[in-house]
This record gives sequence, C-alpha cells and structure tokens, in this order.
Amino acid sequence: MKFAILTDIHANREAFQAVLDDVKAHRADQIVLLGDLVGYGPDPEWCCDMAGQLLSKGALCVQGNHDAAAAGAPDEMRALARRAIEWTRTRLSETQRRFLADLPLTATVEDMLFVHASANDPGAWSYVTSDTRATPSFRATTARLIFCGHTHVPMLASADIGGVVREQAFRPDLAIPLLRSRRWLAVIGAVGQPRDGVPQAGWAMVDTTKNELNFRRTPYDTQRTADKMRAAGLPEELALRLLKGK
Amino acid sequence: MPVRPHTGLMIDGFTLGDKLHTGGFATIWAVTHPDHSLPMVMKVPTILDGYDGPTIVGFEVEQMIMPRLSGPHVPQVIGIGGFEVMPYIVTEMIQGGSFLKTFQAAPLPLSDVIEISARMVAAVADLHRQHVIHLDLKPENFLQRTTGEMVLVDYGLSRHDQLPDLLAEEFTIPMGTFPFIAPEQYLRCRDDLRSDIFAIGAMLYALATGRNPWGTPETLRGVRKRLWRDPEPPRAIRPEIPEWLQEIILRALVVDPMQRYQTAAQMAFDLGHPQQVKLTARAHKVKRDGWLQVWDRWRVMRKIRRFAAPNSVAAQLASVPVIVVAVDLSPEGEKLAAILQRAVTRMLMIEPDARIACVNVIKTARIGIDQGTDDQGNNLHVMRLVQLRNWAESIDLPDHRLTYTVLEGANPAQAILDYATANHVDHILMGARDHSTARRYLGSVSAQVVAEAHCSVTVIRLPEEPLDALATGRVVAG
Repeated sequence: MKFAILTDIHANREAFQAVLDDVKAHRADQIVLLGDLVGYGPDPEWCCDMAGQLLSKGALCVQGNHDAAAAGAPDEMRALARRAIEWTRTRLSETQRRFLADLPLTATVEDMLFVHASANDPGAWSYVTSDTRATPSFRATTARLIFCGHTHVPMLASADIGGVVREQAFRPDLAIPLLRSRRWLAVIGAVGQPRDGVPQAGWAMVDTTKNELNFRRTPYDTQRTADKMRAAGLPEELALRLLKGK
Repeated sequence: MPVRPHTGLMIDGFTLGDKLHTGGFATIWAVTHPDHSLPMVMKVPTILDGYDGPTIVGFEVEQMIMPRLSGPHVPQVIGIGGFEVMPYIVTEMIQGGSFLKTFQAAPLPLSDVIEISARMVAAVADLHRQHVIHLDLKPENFLQRTTGEMVLVDYGLSRHDQLPDLLAEEFTIPMGTFPFIAPEQYLRCRDDLRSDIFAIGAMLYALATGRNPWGTPETLRGVRKRLWRDPEPPRAIRPEIPEWLQEIILRALVVDPMQRYQTAAQMAFDLGHPQQVKLTARAHKVKRDGWLQVWDRWRVMRKIRRFAAPNSVAAQLASVPVIVVAVDLSPEGEKLAAILQRAVTRMLMIEPDARIACVNVIKTARIGIDQGTDDQGNNLHVMRLVQLRNWAESIDLPDHRLTYTVLEGANPAQAILDYATANHVDHILMGARDHSTARRYLGSVSAQVVAEAHCSVTVIRLPEEPLDALATGRVVAG
C-alpha cells in the first residue's frame, strides 16, 4: 500500500494542487496530511476545504501549530508568522476554524505514527532538526516508522537495534529501504514553503509493501503564489522565501 | 527470543546442514529448502552477547544491498531473515569456490595473471555499474563460478551510491583489509569507486610478484605508509613481467585517486589491449624512489585529510565513457566514413575524456577455412588496420585514448556486439548503409546492433539525395 505524506502546505494552493496531481500520477492509495494546512500563504480557505474533501475520501490529517493558532489557540509565534496568522484568521469561516481546531495531534496506521512536530510531546511543537532531536520521538513511541514535518527541511534518521539514533543522508527520488532491523523517523519537507534551498514542493511516498520511502519534489508555479501573497498584502519576505526555497 | 544457528535448525522453511566456514563476523551453512532445488548457503552474523554495533550494522548493509544486485558477478539472494529471530542471508552456493587458493599460489604464470585479472576487473566493473562500491576487495571475497565468472561476496563494508550509508558514522577507524585498502579509504572516504581499483591493483601486484605491494601491515601506522612510500616496481621483483603490465598495476596503485584508472572498465580495456597501453615512466621504473623524493611526499601527505571529492558513482562512470566507432572501410562506405569522422569529433566535444575504440569487421565465410590473405597475397587483417588508422588520423586524441581493432566474424553485427560487451562499452557509433540492394539482401548491420546492444547506439546516415537533385538545382538557379 502506498501512502503519500504531505506536510506544511501553508495555504499554498498552487503547490498543494501540483503535489496532489503528482500523488495521483504516482497512484497513492492513501493521503496523509501532517498539519499546517494554513499560515504564511494566500489561500487558506481553499487549502482547508481541499483538506476537508480529502478527509471525506479517507485521507488522514493531523494538526499543526499554525492550524491551532488560526483556530484561535494561544501561540508563541515569531512576528512574521504572527502577522500571517492574524491575516489568515480574518479569512477563515467559522466552519473552517472548527475544522482546524478539531484535527487530532497524532494518527496511527499499522506500525506508522504521523505527527506534525516531535512525537514525544506533539502539542509542544518541538522541531526535529537532527539525530539528537529525533531521539525523544523514538523513545516516546513504539511505532517502527515515525513521520513528521514542522521544520520545512527534509531529514531522515534511524534508531538501530541498540537504540543509537543517527541521521542518514539520502537523495530525493530514490527509494530508501526502511530496514526492519531498525526504526525510522522521516521529517517530510514542506509542500507550501520549503526551506532547504529547493523551491519545489516537498513530500514523500511510503510503500508499505516494498517497505520503501521516497522523498519527492514537485515543481509548481512559485511566481504565481508569490504574486498572490503580495496582492494580499502579506509580508514580502514570505513571498521571496517561496521563490528561493529558503 | 534470539536463536543460534546449528545443524538441523529449521527457519522460514530452510534447514541448516553442515557449517561450511567460520569467519570473524559470520558463519556460513549449507541449507536446503523444499521450494528451491539449487544448492544454497546461509550466512549468519556472529553477534556477541549484548550490543555488537559494527557487526549488526555491517549485516544490515548486506541485507540492504544484496537484494538490489543482479547478474553473474553477484550471488543470487534467495531469502533474508530479520534480527527478531535470527538474522541471515541465503544465497545460491557458488560451486567453483574461493579464489584464495589460487591467490596463495602466486606468483602465477603471467598468462594466468592477465586472464584472472581480466575476470576480476569485469566483476568489479559490473558491481560499479550497479552503483555499489565494494570497499573490501580481497582474495577471499572473490568466488569463481564453474563457468568462469568471478563472483563478489561480503558486502558488509560496501557503499551503495543511492542508499543511505548506515556505516558512515559507525566506525572511528578506517575499515578494510590492510594489504589492499586504498589511501583515501584509510582517510575514511567511503564514496570513491577508485578505492576498489586500488585494491584490484594491489591484488594484481601480488598475483604477478608473489608479494603484497606494502607487505602485510598489522597496524594503521603501517597502512598509512602507502600515502608516501612507493612499492617495489613489479619488474624489479620479476623481470619477465612486461612493461605494459607494470604500467597497468602501478597506475591502479597511484596514491591520488585522480591519477589512477578512473573506472574498472578503463582498466579492463587496457588489460584487453596490451599493445596499446600507453607506457609512461611507471612502466620503465626499475627501483623504488629515492629517500629525498619519498621525504618530499611525506611532508605533503602527512598533513592530508582527504583527496578531491569524487563524483557520484554514476557520474564517475559516465565521465570516462568507452565509445566504439564501427567503421565501414569498403568503397561504398567512403562517404559515410567521412561523416562518421565528423560525428566522432563532435562527440569528443561533449565527452572530452572519452576513449575511442575504432573497429572494423572482416566478414568471414560461415563454413570452411577463412582466407587471411587476398588474391594478391596481402594480409587482409594488416591492411584493414592500416586503413583504420588512416581513417582515424584526423581525430585529435592522444594515442592511449584511441585504439584500433579489426574483428572477424560471419555476422558483423554480432562481432561488434560481442566486442562491446567484452569491453564494457558505453556507446556505439556507426553508420547505416543506404537503401541499397546490398542492404536488402544482407540485412542491416546497424539495425541488429541497435536492437541487441546493451549500451546506447548512435547510427549515422547519409542525408538522402534525390537522384536528380543537382539537375533540379541548376534549373532553379537558372
């Protein structure tokens, strides 16, 4: 069974649509959204509604910190993110806010755990940026495969039989065997606002039959999204970030 | 509950027979399975009580890499067992056994050295094509099929170019087999396929001379010496070693990977074309370098932390392609040969490091003894060779990157295909006969090559000219 894992869509309609088309072309059986549907980008309503549609067709979705903040939860965001969230709140309907507020923090399928940030305390929104920071996630769950987002930078780590956690270098678009002798944690890059220097939308496909993970990048019309952000009066830094991917 | 292997143990349908071998990190068992009739062996890692990190990770690497390999130079994987019960890998049994015994009989007759090294290099070239650098090439890790192919085993230290390197941070000291380990591997580089070339060079040296180029060091300090100390030239130990073979061996053993053979295919090519190996000072060397030279190198090398970063395996293989140009030297092929010349020149602009192998095929009769001489008594083979050199004159390449071979065969396409396979050729460039009667009756050579080649093929064709093109042109001009 093939799971397409998308995270940090951040109200970027063009990126979301491009990835969904790509997911369809790659024949995924199930879509999993790891949160942060909104925030930063110019199309929060469309992205919320699309997520809702996908859920009604069987997709899974967990909550991200931007989703919680847009729904009204108190937050500790930096100035840029805060400005975008305040703008987002004015755009969302009551139904959309409730949809975001009601999302669960984690989801589990077989031996896989899906969560937005670090799995040891999902609501604390800790960043998983290295093998050291991945260790608490491995300790907090018995799931063999952990998938998260939040950092906007793809990362892969594994815990060996002795529990030693190490980061693993990988290349996009090449299947990585998820050896059953160890446990794996993958930080899926961002669909709507990549920060690893590659502007293309990041996502991943897990094939549970082949037991393989594939980090993927999908190009989309970054200029169009950036123009929309400028037109909406969102901060220029956020628009530039999409064009550069960092 | 972990299980230990023993004769009679049944696991996942496999029944363990005799223990065939006990190594430092694993045991090998004969196994049978009701669904598989071929003789098989099971490798089980010897995991010490408690946590035995490097052994476990090494075995994980094997379990990850081996199922991705195919072809005659690797053992076919039948089954893999996880660590929950008892980790294992079951593969076909290679009937010919280990190459170690042959190796221990070194120095070998030179014809054997050449023949064996060609088979070893072919196996390594095949592995590299599959994105894997072995990193622990030694005689024990070469097995031989009864059909002659060498089979590479033990991938516990290997690196797959496209998969995560589980071993990257596992070791704080360089890992490999001391007599054969390359300088950059000593510096803990794990992504250079040229490290395997070095190891082959060291084994070739030993096969030819009967001793290892740097002896059998037992400490890392001893291994480090090869960064500045040159080995005794093989010809100083065994004078009947030809200069060209010394050139090949020493070129594989150069300290800086950039100055070595860049691919196993290149090395195989030289082994297959001894008369055309370009001899340098290395070939003529009769003794080790003087202490002043060695001291100069020591001053530089003792501080070195790594060599220039290698390309990815795929990029490395692609950067030095072997291109075969099949030239038709018959009178009808004249025009085409001229166009082919220009095509080669253009291709060299894109692939400046390519090696060009010019071939021509003498078509022999299917039955009976072939004529080696023409009606005037000239040797056909030599004549063709001269013509081929003449054709290639305008191609601007140093001699050692341009070779000439005249092939013979009843089926020219097959002769070209066989040559391409034997020489790990990356690209074939050839002309297509025009729509002549000859083609109608003889069939198209290029069509068969395109259909059956395992590499890229570019076919050059003469632009089609209507018979009365010139006449028409005159009318329009007038």
